[in-house]
Amino acid sequence: MARLELQIGGFGGQGVILAGLVIARALSLYDKKEAVFTQAYGPEARGGASSSGVVIDDERVDYPYPLNPDILVIMSQEAYSTYFPRLKEGGTLIIEKNLVKMDKVPEKVGEFHSIPATKIAEELGNRIVANIIMVGFITKTTGIVSKESAKRAVLEMVPAKVRDLNEKAFETGYSYEEG
Amino acid sequence: MSKDILVGDHFLSGDVAAAEGAIAAGCRFFAGYPITPSSEVAERMARRLPEVGGIFIQMEDELASMAAILGASWGGRKAMTATSGPGFSLMMENYGLGIMTETPVVIVNVQRAGPSTGLPTLLGQGDVMQARWGTHGSYQAIALSPESPQECFDMTIKAFNLAERFRQPVILLMDESVGHLFERVTIPPKEEIEIVNRKILKDKNRKIYEPDEDLVPPMPPIGEGFGIHVTGLTHDERGYPSINAETQERMIGRINDKIRKYADEIVDYEEFMVDDAEVIVVAYGITARSARRAVIMARENGIKAGLFRLKVIWPFPSKRLEELSDREFVVAEVNNGQALVEVERAIKKRAVFVGKMGGEPHKPQEILKGIEEAVK
Repeated sequence: MARLELQIGGFGGQGVILAGLVIARALSLYDKKEAVFTQAYGPEARGGASSSGVVIDDERVDYPYPLNPDILVIMSQEAYSTYFPRLKEGGTLIIEKNLVKMDKVPEKVGEFHSIPATKIAEELGNRIVANIIMVGFITKTTGIVSKESAKRAVLEMVPAKVRDLNEKAFETGYSYEEG
Repeated sequence: MSKDILVGDHFLSGDVAAAEGAIAAGCRFFAGYPITPSSEVAERMARRLPEVGGIFIQMEDELASMAAILGASWGGRKAMTATSGPGFSLMMENYGLGIMTETPVVIVNVQRAGPSTGLPTLLGQGDVMQARWGTHGSYQAIALSPESPQECFDMTIKAFNLAERFRQPVILLMDESVGHLFERVTIPPKEEIEIVNRKILKDKNRKIYEPDEDLVPPMPPIGEGFGIHVTGLTHDERGYPSINAETQERMIGRINDKIRKYADEIVDYEEFMVDDAEVIVVAYGITARSARRAVIMARENGIKAGLFRLKVIWPFPSKRLEELSDREFVVAEVNNGQALVEVERAIKKRAVFVGKMGGEPHKPQEILKGIEEAVK
């Protein structure tokens, strides 16, 4: 596998930073890939634009930021406007179904997936796990990270008292069937 | 498992890796004032130092932070502070006191864009010359520049070793990008980590600033009967003020020479595809990672490019650059030309400069353009 870039965009409070960090950690420590995690966010604690990047390579990653993501995960309309132009021609687009509106899937998208992660999270009892549902969904649809590694990283990185909820969120995202 | 060295693979940010490097090096005192993008260093130290019997103090400002670590070092501890541009400016006076009193400490500066408050939490590399000349007077500076969390760990240990070896404040000149990006960090077992400790003065009849042959005086332990006087005034071998040209010449000459004469021991760089390169990019920190990609892109386009990465910025690797001066040069950095001055001085000609005022790292494409211009 050559250089591969994943970018996750949304707004502050959705947990897009944690989602990227979990995937990068899983890749680096458990799948033994060369992986770098970077983040970008505004000064606001919640509501501002927020994004995380994961770059994977066979050898040590040189430039650590996504330039033209192979995989773009979008969790807000604003992030869609900002990041969609950067998606690689033929790349994979994954969206939060209810938070990103588009008339039709743009032509340059090679592979498209969508999931109502926030609604599913609410059904599980807390919308805060929408990001982990998304991690499960990314793991399943892209295959960039092994399921065992991703799940292990999720469980390591969330507080002990919400571990079960997050495990359920990951599994629900992983087994989600697109209608 | 012992808590001072967390042996194994970790996924850490550069800031956290620097804190772990400090603890592995034996740092047991940290005084600082939080400032982004360096706050994670302090945060980690606040959590970790109590676990290993160390002391963490959040000070009222950066002047006091710097003063506290100098005091801790004289008290026998390995001590560190961490800051960013505005705080680094405030530390300059006591940085000079550390040089004058030959006090081993480590200052981490996670650079953001300035001048002044500038861009909190956004990248800059504009403190290169400040690290060299930021405090007044004639002195030598030692500054290291990591490009990854692994190097943040390794170089913090090295910074402590150099500080102890030369009895001098050493600067770890990081940048926001390297401080905030996460990557695998492998922490080796204790026996594989080289640790240098300061020489301790034993002879009570010997003057406390009397140097050994390497020009570095052993450090007197406090509270064991040595008459110790520590002053920022020019002082003689006893440590007492001696305000005249002869003492100034002798003592300040020595604190320069103790580093100048051994600069080859300190100078460190990486050459990537330099052997057959017709054009060499000089870069450091995050910019070196952009430059590495640019060099690969240039090679794919048929241009023989190479990267000369400064791992130690001060002392500057002028000798090696002079040897390479038959090649074309590009200098890339997130400032308006600081390492550039030293590169051009070494190669005795102009280099193509690819600068940025800060806020984001160079895109590889931007450096590639500089490479193409240099071979035109």
